[in-house]
Amino acid sequence: MAEPALRIDGLSKQFGGLPAVSDVSLDIMSGERHLLLGPNGAGKTTLFNLVCGDLTPTRGSIRLFGSELVGLPPRRRAAFGLARTYQILTLFPHETLCRNVMLALNGLRREKWRAWTAFGTDARLRAEALAVLDRVKLADLADRPVSQTAYGDRRRLEIAMALALSPRLLLLDEPLAGLSRDERVTVQALLAELPSDVTVVLIEHDMDVALAFAERITLLHHGRVVTTGSRADIAADPRTREVYLGA
Amino acid sequence: MSARALPFALALVAMALVPLVSTSPFYVNLTSQVAIAAIGALGLNVLVGHAGLNSLGFAVFPGLAAYLVAWLSTVGGFDPVPAGLLALAGTLLVSAGFALVALRTTGLGFVMITMALCQIVWGAAYRWTSVTGGDNGLSGIARPGAGLGLERPEVFLWLCLCVLALALLQLGRFFDSPLGVALRGSRDQPRRMNAVGYDVWRIRFVAWMLAAAWGAAAGLLYAWYHQFVSPHMMAVTASAEVLLMVVAGGAGTLAGPLVGAALVVLLKNLASIWIERWVMLLGFTFVVIVLVVPDGIVPGLGRLKGALKRMRPASGPTISKLVPREGADG
Repeated sequence: MAEPALRIDGLSKQFGGLPAVSDVSLDIMSGERHLLLGPNGAGKTTLFNLVCGDLTPTRGSIRLFGSELVGLPPRRRAAFGLARTYQILTLFPHETLCRNVMLALNGLRREKWRAWTAFGTDARLRAEALAVLDRVKLADLADRPVSQTAYGDRRRLEIAMALALSPRLLLLDEPLAGLSRDERVTVQALLAELPSDVTVVLIEHDMDVALAFAERITLLHHGRVVTTGSRADIAADPRTREVYLGA
Repeated sequence: MSARALPFALALVAMALVPLVSTSPFYVNLTSQVAIAAIGALGLNVLVGHAGLNSLGFAVFPGLAAYLVAWLSTVGGFDPVPAGLLALAGTLLVSAGFALVALRTTGLGFVMITMALCQIVWGAAYRWTSVTGGDNGLSGIARPGAGLGLERPEVFLWLCLCVLALALLQLGRFFDSPLGVALRGSRDQPRRMNAVGYDVWRIRFVAWMLAAAWGAAAGLLYAWYHQFVSPHMMAVTASAEVLLMVVAGGAGTLAGPLVGAALVVLLKNLASIWIERWVMLLGFTFVVIVLVVPDGIVPGLGRLKGALKRMRPASGPTISKLVPREGADG
């Protein structure tokens, strides 16, 4: 049997007395589009933070393509092919869009330690950054500072920053948050174009987009996995209704 | 030479010409003091302006270097140049140790820990009388380059300006480099930087060591200039003064520390001739700076230049743009 892309086993995170994530076990296969569903406080973002290493779990293991991630700092996990976006925009506001992506591209390269040559004049790096920006339809704004762009553009740049790492596993935390209807369509098309070998885990509250995108869904509630299954399974499961409507 | 380097070259040349214009060594020495202060302020600017780490203990770097070169060349019996090199190496070594403590924190914690580290060294200089001379300090430090005439004020000034030029060149290149951009990235979004593969701690460590190196260079020149060191150069007020230079001139800009250093040193030395309470004048000056150009003189002048440029084309048919519309504010 194939090794799952991401295997989470018995993962728990306590904040003081509060269990944010309790005994979560989850297998996500390579190339899968997986949706994390659950009301506010269900532990979805905490789970992302545990996988990418911003938080250290109280118990449990996280394996990415067979390699244990627990204990590794976030920067080492990036080298394993893990990339994420943030619910709250996490960009470099003083730099241009192009330089934002160039900075992300440099993260896994030795050139990042260069202290004498100019950053902006690296033509190859710039060309690569423009190619990434083109994937999110931002190439025409490449030389504009982030502070002078619209919110919708920043949301897409947020995705571009993760794509720059050429990830094998991509964690998207509410990539549609705060977007207008038109912008949603753009980002939805963008998500649909992601290479099929990239495994994607998505947190999203826009059900139309999320359900159209994801094949498998995990329902979280109070930090626990309620159920995992296909779209149809989850929609038919009475517990889904229970979690969302409190019935 | 790029257009950006031109104002710096002009400023350095102007400073180098002071001995030819003024016959009095007073102004030559004053220019040396500006240059030395500017080298230190450039070092602190790496932390304050680019790493987002506000230090209130910067004086520990020049202090360590000055004390080391003083002790090595007086008690230790070393020649000035080897003493200077050893002092530089020693300062970097101790600073690397301090980094392990200081870089565990950011924000207010960093302010306090850097102040505390500086106070520890200040305390040692003040109390360890048998080695440091206590409050009396160490005197009789020989200047290097016996044959070069460095005992003459103008030659010493030129040495200071060479070091300042080197600092401007190195830091100017550094701030534009991948590592410099990464440093500002780790200031603005440390979490993202970690997530895309950067080692934020190591980037901050490099910034800390750069600050230490230029601080130490300033300390060496300080010790050779005064040929005397005392614990006062590591007092909290000394660290605060360098911080004021950076903030007043414009943190994060290359010219800011230079402008700030000139402002503080000139106010301190010239105003004190006329007014006994020159510290008050310094205080008032900073209040005005904070109110008028809170991000510093250099960014303030940059905005003024931009505003003037925008006004020029408007002076023709579109003069109405100059007249503030009603309710246009806010």
